[in-house]
Amino acid sequence: MAEKTVDFEKSLERLEALVEEMESGDLSLEQMIKHFEEGSKLVTLCSGKLNEVEQKIEKLVKKGGALTAEPFKPEE
Amino acid sequence: MEENRKIYSVAELNRTARYTLENGIGEVWVEGEISRLTRQSSGHWYFTLKDEAAAVSCAMFKQNNAAVVFEPKDGLKVRVFGQASLYEPRGSYQLIIRKMEEAGKGSLQEQFEKLKAKLAAEGLFDAERKKPLPLLPQKIGVVTSPTGAAIRDIINVLTRRFPNLGILLAPVTVQGEGAAEKIAAAIEYLNTRDDIDLMIVGRGGGSIEDLWAFNEEVLARAIAASRIPVISAVGHEIDFTISDFVADVRAPTPSAAAELAVPVKAEMETQIARLAARLGGSLQNQVHILRERIPGFRQTMNHALMNDLRQRQQKVDETSRTLATCLKNAVTVQKQRLPGLQQTMIHRLESAVTEKRQSVRRLEVQLRALSPLAVLDRGYSLTQTADGEVVRDADRLKKGDMLKTRFAKGTVISEVKKKEA
Repeated sequence: MAEKTVDFEKSLERLEALVEEMESGDLSLEQMIKHFEEGSKLVTLCSGKLNEVEQKIEKLVKKGGALTAEPFKPEE
Repeated sequence: MEENRKIYSVAELNRTARYTLENGIGEVWVEGEISRLTRQSSGHWYFTLKDEAAAVSCAMFKQNNAAVVFEPKDGLKVRVFGQASLYEPRGSYQLIIRKMEEAGKGSLQEQFEKLKAKLAAEGLFDAERKKPLPLLPQKIGVVTSPTGAAIRDIINVLTRRFPNLGILLAPVTVQGEGAAEKIAAAIEYLNTRDDIDLMIVGRGGGSIEDLWAFNEEVLARAIAASRIPVISAVGHEIDFTISDFVADVRAPTPSAAAELAVPVKAEMETQIARLAARLGGSLQNQVHILRERIPGFRQTMNHALMNDLRQRQQKVDETSRTLATCLKNAVTVQKQRLPGLQQTMIHRLESAVTEKRQSVRRLEVQLRALSPLAVLDRGYSLTQTADGEVVRDADRLKKGDMLKTRFAKGTVISEVKKKEA
């Protein structure tokens, strides 16, 4: 899990760097295409990460000496 | 006298005594030792506070003793704050305790400052120790009370910002005896799991006693030891606890902790979409720029090619012209040279002929001088056999051989008639 969140951050940072380099106008068309391809993959990856997890609200409960998680809804 | 007597009922007496005590003494701090402590199932505490010389009955009701931050027991020296009063049904004088501190530990404020200084000296609050919060946590552990506003606020804000998010509540009591140990244990437990990216540890507002668990060393150390980043969210904005100093991030309230914990999903989506658009846009832009430059390139290229072609053409023309001239020249030269050569050749031939003629003549003279024919002029003759052999010896001839005799002028053929000895 921890590595996954790091992946997301690194991917987003990399994507930002790619876009900035591309906008600098210092790249050749070939480099631009390479950046674009890499960037497109990162966009897919990052968007995927945002939707990867499903909502789950749980509470730890002790059952027979062991902790288990069960659904939790806060009282109003 | 009889008719002036004021007769109290016992109840009246006790009520009056209670008023007198409550108004006359009021609320006071008293230091003493706990003895005969009983904790009723109702939650109220009853004990005797005593010192070497005296004792007084004490009652501490549930709503007040919940805030006691340590475990009182017989023999423990405490400092209590309460109202002198009287239990009317039994006429017993007592103290109604509102606050209780451990004697010798100083006030809570003093304890707070002391622990803060100690942990600061250990470096537990140093900025280098603070772990960065993950940008996109997938599951958040929340250590707080399962009831109350704090957990509700946290869940509301978290799910509003990021609808699909894992939340795991570790329910704990957040005040009273043993609260700090329980919170610390929950933090330690969450650290044994591998699915928690971030923790929120906190509770809603309250008095300094209510928040005291978050000023305890055991909890401070558990937060400091946490591998998972911790956001502390204790009480209101103005409340600062030791936990706040140790945590990686201090949030002023539980709701604020939730705001700090996760990004707004829609904003993230927008940010990614914007980056995607810039990504495509910059490439498109570059292609556009290049496309605009193509006619220019083409022109330049055409120009260069034409130029090159023209130059080559020119060179070819020039070469062919040169070649033609050369050929013509060569032919002219040859033509011009030809009569000369003829002359020379004729000349050479003529002179060669003349020379030959002269040498022939010379040879003729020489030859004539050497020739036997010249001898013939002087009266000699030359005799040869029929096959031209010069006859020097008569012995080689026999009768009937034909001889050819040459004179200075003319030749005769004769036959051998006879040989003379």
